[in-house]
Amino acid sequence: MEQAPLDPERQLPPAPLEPLGRSDAGLEATGGEEAEGSRDAGSGVDTMTENNFWLKKIEISVSEAEKRTGRNAMNMQETYTAYLVETRSVEHADGQSVLTDSLWRRYSEFELLRNYLLVYYPHIVVPPLPEKRAEFVWHKLSADNMDPDFVERRRIGLENFLLRIASHPILCRDKIFYLFLTQAILTEILWSSQIGPTEFYYSADSRLKALNATFRVKNPDKRFTELKHYSDELQSVISHLLRVRARVADRLYGVYKVHGNYGRVFSEWSAIEKEMGDGLQSAGHHMDVYASSIDDILEDEEHYADQLKEYLFYAEALRAVCRKHELMQYDLEMAAQDLASKKQQCEELATGTVRTFSLKGMTTKLFGQEAPEQREARIKVLEEQINEGEQQLKSKNLEGREFVKNAWADIERFKEQKNRDLKEALISYAVMQISMCKKGIQVWTNAKECFSKM
Amino acid sequence: MGRSFGDKDLILPNGGTPVGTSSPASSSSLLNRLQLDDDIDGETRDLFVTVDDPKKHVCTMETYITYRITTKSTRVEFDLPEYSVRRRYQDFDWLRNKLEESQPTHLIPPLPEKFVVKGVVDRFSEEFVETRRKALDKFLKRITDHPVLSFNEHFNVFLTAKDLNAYKKQGMALLTRVGESVKHVTGGYKLRTRPLEFAAIGEYLDMFALKLGTIDRIAQRIIKEEIEYLVELREYGPVYSTWSALEGELAEPLEGVSGCIGNCSTALEELTDDMTEDFLPVLREYILYSDSMKSVLKKRDQVQAEYEAKLEAVALRKEDRPKVPADVEKCQDRMECFNADLKADMERWQNNKRQDFRQLLMGMADKNIQYYEKCLTAWESIIPLLQEKQEAK
Repeated sequence: MEQAPLDPERQLPPAPLEPLGRSDAGLEATGGEEAEGSRDAGSGVDTMTENNFWLKKIEISVSEAEKRTGRNAMNMQETYTAYLVETRSVEHADGQSVLTDSLWRRYSEFELLRNYLLVYYPHIVVPPLPEKRAEFVWHKLSADNMDPDFVERRRIGLENFLLRIASHPILCRDKIFYLFLTQAILTEILWSSQIGPTEFYYSADSRLKALNATFRVKNPDKRFTELKHYSDELQSVISHLLRVRARVADRLYGVYKVHGNYGRVFSEWSAIEKEMGDGLQSAGHHMDVYASSIDDILEDEEHYADQLKEYLFYAEALRAVCRKHELMQYDLEMAAQDLASKKQQCEELATGTVRTFSLKGMTTKLFGQEAPEQREARIKVLEEQINEGEQQLKSKNLEGREFVKNAWADIERFKEQKNRDLKEALISYAVMQISMCKKGIQVWTNAKECFSKM
Repeated sequence: MGRSFGDKDLILPNGGTPVGTSSPASSSSLLNRLQLDDDIDGETRDLFVTVDDPKKHVCTMETYITYRITTKSTRVEFDLPEYSVRRRYQDFDWLRNKLEESQPTHLIPPLPEKFVVKGVVDRFSEEFVETRRKALDKFLKRITDHPVLSFNEHFNVFLTAKDLNAYKKQGMALLTRVGESVKHVTGGYKLRTRPLEFAAIGEYLDMFALKLGTIDRIAQRIIKEEIEYLVELREYGPVYSTWSALEGELAEPLEGVSGCIGNCSTALEELTDDMTEDFLPVLREYILYSDSMKSVLKKRDQVQAEYEAKLEAVALRKEDRPKVPADVEKCQDRMECFNADLKADMERWQNNKRQDFRQLLMGMADKNIQYYEKCLTAWESIIPLLQEKQEAK
């Protein structure tokens, strides 16, 4: 059973027949619709009007998370979280959606999907997955993988991941992605027959090469070098930002919570006072309110942190594209070098001159000239190889140009998406700060009112 | 003995005891005063004292700060309508001791703490001097507002004398004698029953001091947390600037956020400074105040104990004689005066405390509101900047 019997009609999702208006416009729309407030509500407004067939037809959501216990490959007991991936098709006329598929996936399956995408779409900045383990958290948040808050945030992150793919002009048409959404039973076969080997190839060979290639590429593309530099910087600045933000959150938490002690002491103090008593007592109550208000504030801020985190991981995805380009450039240069050396050999044989000192030159000198037939035969072989090499180089060149073109298009798309997303994230962050200030003003105004009655 | 005056036999350099003012501390006049407190001060007050203009003096032996004390008064005890003298902390200390000696039945306001461990606080720093100036000003104002203490002749000298040191030396000789009459009765006597109301005051003060101590610790902790928060914010803002240097279109919004965080940091620093300079000292003053109150209460208990002991002795000796000896009567008199003074002072203190705390806590709320308002303005100002860019695109 090498290939599962797939209904040909369903092999591809109802992919857009026309080019999308804006490559990633759909995400904002779906984000607004489905993630329910996980993105800023205002963002969807302008993008909703965009033409987007794929998203009009299908809604994707990760609607639930469930803790499960099972046995792994080693027959060891393990606990993991499964996420319910739901797909709905939306009727054009009334906007009603019908549940078409619903299946459970675990995080590792999402990882497989992503690895597959990385291999098959080397020129695309593949959307990142949410973190496997909580990072950059302030101390009040649990870093436990099974923590309900963490699971919930990861659920949102995984949903966002699927929506990012669904709104990508190329990735959204991928067959495996479609199967991921719809075929629960087929997965095992698919993973083993298609992704398995590729993943092996990818991790064992390419990655290694990719890492070393950095030092060997002679003529790096300046644009990609700059991009790589940018992604390094972006990664470092965002991780620094996240780290400091976690500390800022910690301190802010401290400031608010210590105010809670006023609540208690005012209340105790009020017991021994006559005229001042009532005012103190109720002011104490407001201090309690103040102290507990920080929990919600920081929880909201965590969403901002998650938005930044996505781009922290995007930086890695960006770098992956650069690395692949580098590898390709390396291959090209190697092929060119190989061709050049063969050409030189051929020329040497033909003219009988040795330009550079070589072992071959030495043997020739020592043992005399070979027979002309032998030489002819060797020249012929070399010429064939040169021909082949030229063809190869040509195709590699072509491939490279194609890669650069595609990759650059996706990078442009990515940049636009990034600018829009981050601007929105900053706006929502500012909105959060504003709401925190307003809450603060409210509480202190109430407290002042109480104090004034003392 | 004149009501509430333990300084009857003092030689007064300004001449005359403030007769006729012996009972302004009665509850009715207190009520008046309170109502008037809400009025414009100028109308009813006839004595104004301010402490300002601290100056550093460097001598061969020592370095110290003097403060200018300006007095304006229409009272007959003052020859001139206005005085201006310079005094240093130890002069204030001298005044307080004098007041405690000469008015043992009254609650003397506290002075700011004498000294903190050397090196921990810079005694000549602007903040320290300013905080102390405020506390000294408060100290004199409390005396000025007191219906009895404000007429004390030491106070008068303190406010007016050109050469206070000369007066101090002159006073030394008298000190011991005056001290006699008010010397604490040390040991021996055990109080039978403390009257309920004084017992209640005692308990109240213990509790009050305890709670204020807690509030003081909380406030310090908050300031500490805020300072640490400030440190983090100072690092947080610039990260956005660093990021903005990498970006094209995002540069401006990121720079905006960075500036915003900068503004919030400044607002936070102001809040912290206000709390350190205005909130904590008042709190501390009241902690010291409750200590003064407790010591007066203790003195009262001793006077009562003395009376009770005398009464007991009389009862044991002459059971059948109905007449109580004069000295016992005098002692009873003294106790009753003490009780009356103390009650009046306590009441006044309670009212002051209520007003001071109302003001203090409202001030704290105000400072926090102002802080949030500044942050609010900062954040609101960058929203249109971000949105405009978005729409323009």
